[in-house]
Amino acid sequence: MELFWYIILGLMLTIYVVLDGYDFGVGILHLFLAKEEKDKRLFVKSIGPFWDANEVWLIAAGGILFFAFPKVYASAFSGFYLPLIIVLWLLIFRAVGLELRGQVHNALWEGFWDRMFGISSLLLALFFGTALGNVIRGVNLGGVENGVSAYDPHNFFLPLWNPEFSPKSVNLGVIDWFTVLIGVIAVITLAIHGGNWIILKTNSTLIPRIKKLIFRLTILLSVLIITSFTVWTLVNPDPFRTFIDHPVLWIFPVIALLGLFGLFRVQHFLKEYSGFISSTLFLLGALASSFISIFPKLLPSTNDINPSLTIYNASTGKYGLQVGIYWWIIAAILVIIYLFVQYKIFRGKMDDIDYGH
Amino acid sequence: MEDMLLYDRIQFGFTVTYHYLFPQLTMGLSLLIVYFKWRFLRTKQDSYNHAAKFWMKIFALNFAMGVVTGIPMEFQFGTNWSKFSEMTGGIIGQTLAMEGMFSFFLESSFLGLFLFGEKLLGHKLHFLTGFLVFLGSWASGFLIIATHSWMQHPVGYEILENGDYVLKNFSALFSNPWVWPSFLHNQFASLVTSSFVVMSIGAFYLLSKKHQEFGKMFLKTGLVFGAVSSILVAFPTGDWTAKNVVKHQPVTFAAMEGIFHTEEKGSEIILIGQPNMKEKKLDNKIAVPNVLSFLTYQNWNAQIKGLDNFEEKDYPTNIPGLYYGYHIMVGLGTIFIGILTVALFFLWRKKIFNQRWILWILFLLAPFPYIANTAGWYTAELGRQPWLVYNLLRTSEGASPTVSAGNTLFTLLGFIGLYLLLGLLFVILVGKTVNKGPEQQNA
Repeated sequence: MELFWYIILGLMLTIYVVLDGYDFGVGILHLFLAKEEKDKRLFVKSIGPFWDANEVWLIAAGGILFFAFPKVYASAFSGFYLPLIIVLWLLIFRAVGLELRGQVHNALWEGFWDRMFGISSLLLALFFGTALGNVIRGVNLGGVENGVSAYDPHNFFLPLWNPEFSPKSVNLGVIDWFTVLIGVIAVITLAIHGGNWIILKTNSTLIPRIKKLIFRLTILLSVLIITSFTVWTLVNPDPFRTFIDHPVLWIFPVIALLGLFGLFRVQHFLKEYSGFISSTLFLLGALASSFISIFPKLLPSTNDINPSLTIYNASTGKYGLQVGIYWWIIAAILVIIYLFVQYKIFRGKMDDIDYGH
Repeated sequence: MEDMLLYDRIQFGFTVTYHYLFPQLTMGLSLLIVYFKWRFLRTKQDSYNHAAKFWMKIFALNFAMGVVTGIPMEFQFGTNWSKFSEMTGGIIGQTLAMEGMFSFFLESSFLGLFLFGEKLLGHKLHFLTGFLVFLGSWASGFLIIATHSWMQHPVGYEILENGDYVLKNFSALFSNPWVWPSFLHNQFASLVTSSFVVMSIGAFYLLSKKHQEFGKMFLKTGLVFGAVSSILVAFPTGDWTAKNVVKHQPVTFAAMEGIFHTEEKGSEIILIGQPNMKEKKLDNKIAVPNVLSFLTYQNWNAQIKGLDNFEEKDYPTNIPGLYYGYHIMVGLGTIFIGILTVALFFLWRKKIFNQRWILWILFLLAPFPYIANTAGWYTAELGRQPWLVYNLLRTSEGASPTVSAGNTLFTLLGFIGLYLLLGLLFVILVGKTVNKGPEQQNA
């Protein structure tokens, strides 16, 4: 039962990253590529009817974490206090930028909210990647210092950074060279993903440039991924155990590699959806592999005194988990119907769809 | 520790008060928009469709504000109230997760279609998307009230040895006697806010002699919806809610009514007066004898337990605040019914559109249902104190143990600054839309 909710949680987070990920990516490219008004408008229009619903996956996944694994929700949310509140502020700025941009026709007003939308998208991608890095690295559960816990064994508090910026430091911070590396990987991946969305959903004149950019970013991404692999075992000593126990799970790293390979070929694809599928496969495979590498931990402990939070020691009672399955399945069917309706109505290129005022 | 708890409470109180300014309009307004659209489908008069579109524009801004200020609420359970989340997440997490799965997906998927899809969908399907948005927003309200009700009157749970609460009976969360009265009371109160806003804009157009056709439509619709919901908010739903408090939280009832001493021969109802906590009495009191006993038990001489009946450690933490919250809510509610009765009389005599004095009153009335709604929520929340989960978990035990006061104050100040900016932008943009008027919305 815990496993069921773990898979649901991982699935919902992955869907969130795939869906809102392209919104972030469009935002990042919007900041660097879209210079003319028509491009800016088209970029925003391509995510117009979708981004709000995409963001709900984060809220819904948060709700599932809250109800199924309340200990992790409580520990992680209070322990990562400042970065989470900053993420909130960025989400607010980004949403407000998208909503308010069109309300006043004034170059300064539009320019300001364009920047806000781009910058907050970039920072959110960086923060979410950094968050993933933190979860892989683990935290000092219980706030252990010299062998003594300062808090309850499952609680911790991380400042944004400590002067050492090292994942092996005694005093950890949210930002260190490992977590930032993952953050940068996230920014690049999502920029590529957003580019693929623009290729798929628009007839933008910038598409040839975007394809070239995706190719270059993919080279950079590959270099960073190889770098992260060489340092991975430094922060996560035993990443392969679950893979070795269940060899079928190797499918996920393979999927990620397939996606990465596809991204190299983005300039040669004939079908417009191939690039988007490649980056989706990469996100799916990479996220699933990362989750599996720490399984069954949800939040690893970096000290030897307090145990990691796992799906087994952090879940709520059996009855609650059981009863949740019924309503979750009903809700999930409804959600699939909504998604189907939404993407069916807004199918095709967004340039041609007249849905604005 | 003391400072930390104070900042945590101020931050939650501030962000949730601010947040609820928006959903209270969204929930009621979605129903009114669906009504305008339905009238359009029935009568084929374009003006109703223009009215629906005009309010959709205000709805969209308001909805966005509700969403962006709502996300911090879910986060704060974990960031600032981690002890509470950890212990009760298995229960309140159910209803909160259901809110995400059932209502947020519904609202967000169809809102875009509702706002922009009229040309793509045709009028009938467009009406349907509006209805689904309405349904989603009310479902969201319902699940939040179910969560709130569990905190006011916990049911269907089991306490484990380590102090954690786990769910034992899922359906109890919804058959909780607190749920339905509070839900209906709250929804009608939300309808009061939206009807009053529609009515107020109508009065504004008539007073400024602009867009007069719409002015009349808005005034009439807002007035009728407002009058019906103002009455339903007081009776029977307000009455049910108060009876729940008498039954399950008698000390709260005594504090909110301002009853310091138990009277054997029936209690008076306090209209005005200032709680004097030192001398345990009300200063400058105006009261009507025995009425409270009658309203509560339908018996003029029934005994109502005063605060002297309870131990001080179980007193609500802020008795004057609770007392004022309750009296402001009830006082405003009564005034609303009075004013709208007069206005309905003029509407019936077909004189209302020329009576500038009453149009002025109706125009200026718009902020007051917001105050009444907020005061009502303060009554419920201050009334629950010092408990976070009534009679089970104290508020002081629920805050995050690892987050320091300095961090909380930092984020509190950040929220205040950000929300002030948002509020300013919101007022300017809504003002602009209202000033432009319904005819120009399609240009």
